[in-house]
Amino acid sequence: MREFGYERAADVEGALALLGTDPEARYLAGGTNLVDLMKTGVARPVRLVDIRELPLDRIEVTEAGGLRIGATVTNSDLAAHPEVRSRYPALAQAVLAGASGQLRTMATVGGNLLQRTRCAYFTDGAGPCNKRLPGSGCPAIEGEHRNHAVLGASGHCVATHPSDMAVALAAFDAVVSYATADGPGELPLAELYPPVGDTPQVETALPPGALITGVTLPPAPVAARSRYRKVRERASYAFAIGSAAAALDVQGGVVREVRLALGAVASRPWRARAAERALTGGPATEEACTAAADAELAAARPLPGNAYKVPLMRNLVVALLTELAEEAPR
Amino acid sequence: MTPATTTEHTAAGTAHRRVEGRDKVTGAARYAAEIPLAGLAHGWLVGSTVARGRVRSVETAPVLAMPGVLTVLHHGNTARVTTDYVTVLGTSPDPTAAVFQHDQVQHMGWPVALVVAETPEQAREGAEALVVHYDEEPHDTAFSGDRADAYPLDSMGQPAVTDKGETEAELAASAVVVDACYTTPENHHNAMEPHAATVRWDGGRLDVIDSNQSAAWIQSELANMFSLDPQSVRVRSEHVGGAFGGKGVRAHQVAAALAARALGRPVRVAMTRRQMFALIGYRSPTAQRIRLGADADGRLRALQHDSLNQTSTVHEHVEASAGVSRVGYDAAAHRTAQRVVRLDVPTPTWMRAPGEAPGSFALESAMDELAAECGIDPIELRMRNEPERGPVSGLPFGSRRLPDCFREGARRFGWADRDPRPGVRRDGRRLLGTGTAAASFLAMAMPATAAVTAEADGTFTVRIGAADVGTGARTALTLIAAEALRTAPDRVRMRIGDSDFGPAWGAAGSMGTRSWAWAITDAVAALRERLAGGAGIPPEGVTARSDTSGSVFGLAPRERRAYGAQFAEVAVDPGTGEVRVRRLLGIFAAGRIVNPLTARSQLTGGMIWGISMALHEEAVRDPVSGGHVGADLAGYHVAAHADIPAVEADWVDDPDPEDPVGIKGVGEIGVVGVAAAVANAVWHATGVRHRHLPLRPDRVLTAPPAA
Repeated sequence: MREFGYERAADVEGALALLGTDPEARYLAGGTNLVDLMKTGVARPVRLVDIRELPLDRIEVTEAGGLRIGATVTNSDLAAHPEVRSRYPALAQAVLAGASGQLRTMATVGGNLLQRTRCAYFTDGAGPCNKRLPGSGCPAIEGEHRNHAVLGASGHCVATHPSDMAVALAAFDAVVSYATADGPGELPLAELYPPVGDTPQVETALPPGALITGVTLPPAPVAARSRYRKVRERASYAFAIGSAAAALDVQGGVVREVRLALGAVASRPWRARAAERALTGGPATEEACTAAADAELAAARPLPGNAYKVPLMRNLVVALLTELAEEAPR
Repeated sequence: MTPATTTEHTAAGTAHRRVEGRDKVTGAARYAAEIPLAGLAHGWLVGSTVARGRVRSVETAPVLAMPGVLTVLHHGNTARVTTDYVTVLGTSPDPTAAVFQHDQVQHMGWPVALVVAETPEQAREGAEALVVHYDEEPHDTAFSGDRADAYPLDSMGQPAVTDKGETEAELAASAVVVDACYTTPENHHNAMEPHAATVRWDGGRLDVIDSNQSAAWIQSELANMFSLDPQSVRVRSEHVGGAFGGKGVRAHQVAAALAARALGRPVRVAMTRRQMFALIGYRSPTAQRIRLGADADGRLRALQHDSLNQTSTVHEHVEASAGVSRVGYDAAAHRTAQRVVRLDVPTPTWMRAPGEAPGSFALESAMDELAAECGIDPIELRMRNEPERGPVSGLPFGSRRLPDCFREGARRFGWADRDPRPGVRRDGRRLLGTGTAAASFLAMAMPATAAVTAEADGTFTVRIGAADVGTGARTALTLIAAEALRTAPDRVRMRIGDSDFGPAWGAAGSMGTRSWAWAITDAVAALRERLAGGAGIPPEGVTARSDTSGSVFGLAPRERRAYGAQFAEVAVDPGTGEVRVRRLLGIFAAGRIVNPLTARSQLTGGMIWGISMALHEEAVRDPVSGGHVGADLAGYHVAAHADIPAVEADWVDDPDPEDPVGIKGVGEIGVVGVAAAVANAVWHATGVRHRHLPLRPDRVLTAPPAA
């Protein structure tokens, strides 16, 4: 491992000042992804600014009835928080579906949003990869892409975003707050991750040097009956091959409101707006759920090795939505 | 010869915790990369970034200028070693371990250099900074069942081809024929402790502290390579964190010895997990075809098993998958063939249950298919084809209690209540099914020497070149020695893992404990004779030695095997393709069980290995680069805790009548048959046959529905 500088910040202003505009410097929170990438040489920051002790570790109910989640809240604390579990159960379930107990105790909300893809061509650290070495090519397209994107990918990159948590946050219209030396800012989660296009190395829309300070969830009564389901190649400690966060409000057999976001299918958590539109105002039947899933997946452009994800996501979405519909109070 | 009877000291046969267990859990036990040594330097291997070609140049100067870097070894500056010799196994050596001998690159990750520095971090940084220029050549790493350049190959005394009777005629006369192809992927050992060696030259003697499964084996190989007398090489491996067939002579020991000699300092080389994927061997992928012909009552007329595996361009290795079909079932005609194809890949090697693990997946899946075709219970089908003598060899069997394993297993699993129809049981959205498979594995012994000393203080010391690779062998041998000495286990000091203790077979082939126990009991018998005179014990003690070569090689030819019956229950989510094992039961006839505590761990550990093989394990090679994709434990999935259900292993009484202690061996048989039992259970759950491992969700999800 290369030698690197290490400094610990006590507050947000201090962190921003320590990082400055140095493109070779990185914030370090739980380190569960960054440190691994440093060990394998994929990430080679010259300086680390440790933000773990920043006073951003609170979860508060907002006046509007939503939640404000600090950036350094750990995954464990987020998943265990009573307000999260009661107001946004899919979020708690998504967090618990990820990693292991040990990792969740270290990992933070801000870091979770900014974790890097687990595409092996990226993490292996050698050979071409347009994320790691822009312009070098994407070997996954011709090679191993069983767990790569089927939605919103480009000919330059087919990697997926690995987060479970972000899928639930996407379903609940989360807004990401950040600080910069020029003042604070906000980005809807939907805008945090830019389209892949021909710049897969540009993974967020955050300004240079920005520090994520927290995530705000607007009030969403529908989210109280929400669920996250994750499909993976082993029962635990594996990234999703497909996942979905869904919330459903059915009254008199009619869908009043639906939230649906998909994971492991795109370079970002995929808010399934087309499916939501197809379902809203209509009957909460299996046929309608299937039609809604198909409406969303019509945009899928799978590769030979990941074509299974289309039926997988259809089945997953239909099972999850019909389950929620069947459980709806009558 | 009769098995030893128990004495007042009922050491063997009762559960004992590992004698070194406390040292291991407290960290007091030191492994090969942890032994402190004054003046130690650290080497870091550099693997090629091309799959085939030649090293044109190595830019050593910038790396030599880096902090702490002492030297960079590569083909242009490294002393020659000998690769033209015969190994203790009677084979030619895999030249892969003889590092830096020429400029040719024969697979991705081929060792091209060793950077040696004062600290491991400096060595690693130097290794990662080292620029190597290659003349790249086109490579071929595409394994498939229809390679036209495959050729038959004998393996370790097993012929490539066996042919008995008229296979085609019997198939033509059969009422029912199963003809199916099965594939298994590239699997890796992934021992918990990565390979590591700490090496020094001590006045012309090569002193190696290493992680391996046979100190004597490594001693012999290094002596050959460095043209030394075996006595001039000492190899120690007191604690070993798993081996599974992959811990023989590898690049790390040889590179460390070369560097230590070049520098005149001790050198340590430890591998990373990723390097292990390229440098320590692996289980080859296999493509197998089985043809079974049977009468309507399920009696086999013909059994054909063809197996193909890959090997490297520099060394031949057979994954002897068709071997199971030479001993499994009676049939009028038997035809088996084992072939290999040479590719630009690392040489595969033995991995836990070599041959039997992939071979039993194919054969035991096919038997299940035949049972379904004939409408016969899968256990009954196997009973109807139980052979009286070796079906191909004609040799008598040693004890063969496979039917008893099935009977006991069926009783405990509740098999009698099973509805044979596939695809009719549900638990919510999941489909449920059960499956079974037979298991067997060689039960042999190999020569060993041992020395047992009666100490003046009334205790005993045993010295034997055994290896405890985490199995509990040290404890089992302590119990065996105590029983033979008619003393308590805590009065026996068991010294193992040192080539100075004399030649001995290794922890391999499920023959370790049996082979070592034989030598120990022989030495104890000699000691007891020496002590029978009643004279006092002098301060230096009284030592007796043994060598079992004569006894072991004097055994008459037989089909000597351990047996087992595996039972699995699975739940399959047809909407996602996820398969989860809910129950696994294995009943074994595997000789006398010396230490039930660790033997059960060996068996259940093997069965868990089998679940992992069935559902998860698969190394993936990139078609363009020829190297692995995701060669680490994030990319190569092994079963996690949550994948492992209630796993139960037990045994029927089966002391081996020819072994002084009654042992057969339990190291590998636990793996055998599990993948087939799981796949058969998935068929029972869904009605769909899966003939390609692992049973990934995408495969299960997209499989064509049952006809």
